[in-house]
Amino acid sequence: MNKLTKIFCWLSGLVISLVLISILGDIILNSLESFNLTFLYQVPMSAGRRGGIYPIIISTLLITGISTLVTVPIGTLCAIYLSRHYPSTLVFKKFIKRMIQVLSGVPSIVFGLFGNAIFCTFFGLGFSILSGALTLSCMCLPLFITSVEEGVSSIPDEVIHTTHSLGFSLYTTFKSIVLPLAIPSILSGLVLSVGRALAETAALIFTSGYVDRFPESLLDSGRALSVHIYDLAMNVPGGDQNAYKSSMVLIGLILIINSVFNIIAKIISKEGQLYE
Amino acid sequence: MYQYFLNRRDLYIKILLGASGFICSLCVILIFLFLLKESFLVITGQELSLFFQKSWFPLEGQFNLIPILIASVLLTFGSIFLALPLGLLTAILERFFLKGLFKIIFRRIIEIYTGIPSVIFGFWGLMKLVPFINDFHPPGQSLLSGILILSLMIFPIISLNIMASVEMSPKHFYRVSESLGISRATYIWKILLPSLKGQIFSSSLLAIGRALGETMAVLMVCGNIVQVPGHLFDPVRSLTANIALEMSYATGEHRSALFLSGLVLFLLTLFLYMLSSFAEVERNE
Amino acid sequence: MKHYRIIVMLLFSIQSFSSDKIIITGSSTIAPMLSDIAKQYESSNADIRIDIQTGGSSRGITDARKELSQIGMVSRELKPTEEDLQKFTIAKDGIALIVNENNSVKAISFENIRNIFLGKIKNWKELGGHDQPIVIVNKAEGRSTLELFLKFFELKNSDIKADIIIGDNEQGIKTISKNKYAVGYVSVGTAEYNQSVGVPIKLLPMKGIKATVQNVANGSYPLSRELNLVTKMKPVGQIKLFIDYAQSEKVNELIRDHYFVPILFK
Repeated sequence: MNKLTKIFCWLSGLVISLVLISILGDIILNSLESFNLTFLYQVPMSAGRRGGIYPIIISTLLITGISTLVTVPIGTLCAIYLSRHYPSTLVFKKFIKRMIQVLSGVPSIVFGLFGNAIFCTFFGLGFSILSGALTLSCMCLPLFITSVEEGVSSIPDEVIHTTHSLGFSLYTTFKSIVLPLAIPSILSGLVLSVGRALAETAALIFTSGYVDRFPESLLDSGRALSVHIYDLAMNVPGGDQNAYKSSMVLIGLILIINSVFNIIAKIISKEGQLYE
Repeated sequence: MYQYFLNRRDLYIKILLGASGFICSLCVILIFLFLLKESFLVITGQELSLFFQKSWFPLEGQFNLIPILIASVLLTFGSIFLALPLGLLTAILERFFLKGLFKIIFRRIIEIYTGIPSVIFGFWGLMKLVPFINDFHPPGQSLLSGILILSLMIFPIISLNIMASVEMSPKHFYRVSESLGISRATYIWKILLPSLKGQIFSSSLLAIGRALGETMAVLMVCGNIVQVPGHLFDPVRSLTANIALEMSYATGEHRSALFLSGLVLFLLTLFLYMLSSFAEVERNE
Repeated sequence: MKHYRIIVMLLFSIQSFSSDKIIITGSSTIAPMLSDIAKQYESSNADIRIDIQTGGSSRGITDARKELSQIGMVSRELKPTEEDLQKFTIAKDGIALIVNENNSVKAISFENIRNIFLGKIKNWKELGGHDQPIVIVNKAEGRSTLELFLKFFELKNSDIKADIIIGDNEQGIKTISKNKYAVGYVSVGTAEYNQSVGVPIKLLPMKGIKATVQNVANGSYPLSRELNLVTKMKPVGQIKLFIDYAQSEKVNELIRDHYFVPILFK
């Protein structure tokens, strides 16, 4: 049984790694010849086939950053509300949980159309970074909430009982106990949702738009990196080269963000470890 | 339950928590209403004949969604069938069988998967996977290629979730079982994973949701033919690809019909999760 | 330094700085080319900003009508119901039938093309090619290219037995370049460009006329379409200036750069 488990685990690990190497290798090989750092701080020219992607990187970071700023507080609060430690009406909890699950199944394109109708048209934000960010937060909420909720719920009962016996108020319980213990799951939820946010295309085409100029305000339209990649690969003849280079930048970005989160996680978990 | 609400601050927190829950569910309700409003036109115009028309040919007023619906369901379940074992095995690999640098690298590999845009998966599928399948059975763009690509996209959700859960679960189970002489494999399959049934289940649901809602990648590798697939190598069109392909160019009834397919997708997801709540094991840890 | 200051300003203001803005939405075929034209226009007119969004030809029409945008991009002729809008053609495009480079067939007659798409001819050997089933690549409903194709070949979409359906031109190119026995149709310019950089596809002549951008330009190629800008009312001021610019000779180079055909040429 041990052997069998080992074999299958290694096999799956191998398959996964090989596929990733194929995907990344394809991208790296195709972008290496003409890649240099100027790509990162030049503006796109000739519909993106020449020049760089500087404004696009900025737009992407803004969109992702703002959507994270919105997702984390709302998501964490909601996750705590839904966790088994929080006393509230079960019917409400079940309902909200169901709603969040359904939210995770909504196709990205429906989010795009919805975001367009609500944020761009109804709230009058137009095609803008803000619209894109808000739409993305909606998309990332389920992933984030589920992750954090599991994290909070897995805090052992003894810990919560202890806080009761010590007479902690709700506020203190959260601030000093629940939140620090939930950090690993918050971070893993963040990784998942930032990954989702960076990779999202269909939703952003209809909300943050197509304009590849440097955004002068949050109400300006800004093209996200994934939208740019899609346009170059599928719409612009001759865009393949830069599509590959942009893909490499995007993946590099994800690597950096994940590493940063992991370092933060390590620092925090060293400070507050529950199990030796 | 307990004397939680000791002071005014707690009251604010209680309200805040409730409000956040409310906002999250508001999102969904609004989306539902939006879909309903936009698909109204075609619902009132067509009635039940909708499902018995020949096929999907909006230019000629035909809006049969059934083959597209079936395709979405098949794609989703095919992909979770592959992604669940893949997710579990990779998580176990990282937690138990890898050490040091390899552990970090492998975890990073899985995390990278979550960040790869669906466009890149679709692109890779179109350029590498589809020709490969084409050599076995043309045309290559098929149900199978869709299932494979989707599994690759959703397995990290399960994998990373399980990794985090194992990391946070009490280690003393492991030590106890080690001291009892239980083999690692038995520990994993008979003790650890059953204790994580809840997490596995909920992350699988998330993964299913993701697969149902995936647009770009499916658009590029499935062939987009409206038909009920006879076998794995038949091209299919999913509900999401349907919307993406035609929304830009649709007006009036056509556009409304596309929103209807979005509504169907929404209801399908709802139905799925309701089903799962009957099968859900009570998670009282 | 400049950018640091801008980011700080961003954090304190979410209001757009006021300069005249023209919003243009519509066809994703026209968008890349028009955004190049817009950039060039902006560089010589500092106080105007032109924002281009995609969303499809239908969106171009609806947005222009509802005045959600000032100009719409439409990659086809206007339908009779759309005659209330003002139309400005800025370029032309042709549609070419393409096959994989390895396909030995050199030309297909009008009748045979019809029969292939109707499913009456199923194997390349019936046209003198390899003994392999024909893989038909069709375009998705609502696309201007599809409508033009159907009209030209007098077909109904429900009669076509397609094997693969694609969305954008490049998707079609990539599909056919990787499938030896596929046949489909895409924009002439796109196909010509891809062939010139070595992508393994072949353009087939239509009714004896070679499928080249040149032939679309001189009008001899039979399967062509207009790329249009539309506005609700007769354009004035900034909008008129921009549309005039887009129709002038100054943008011919850009149009050719995107493998379309300028409307004014020597």
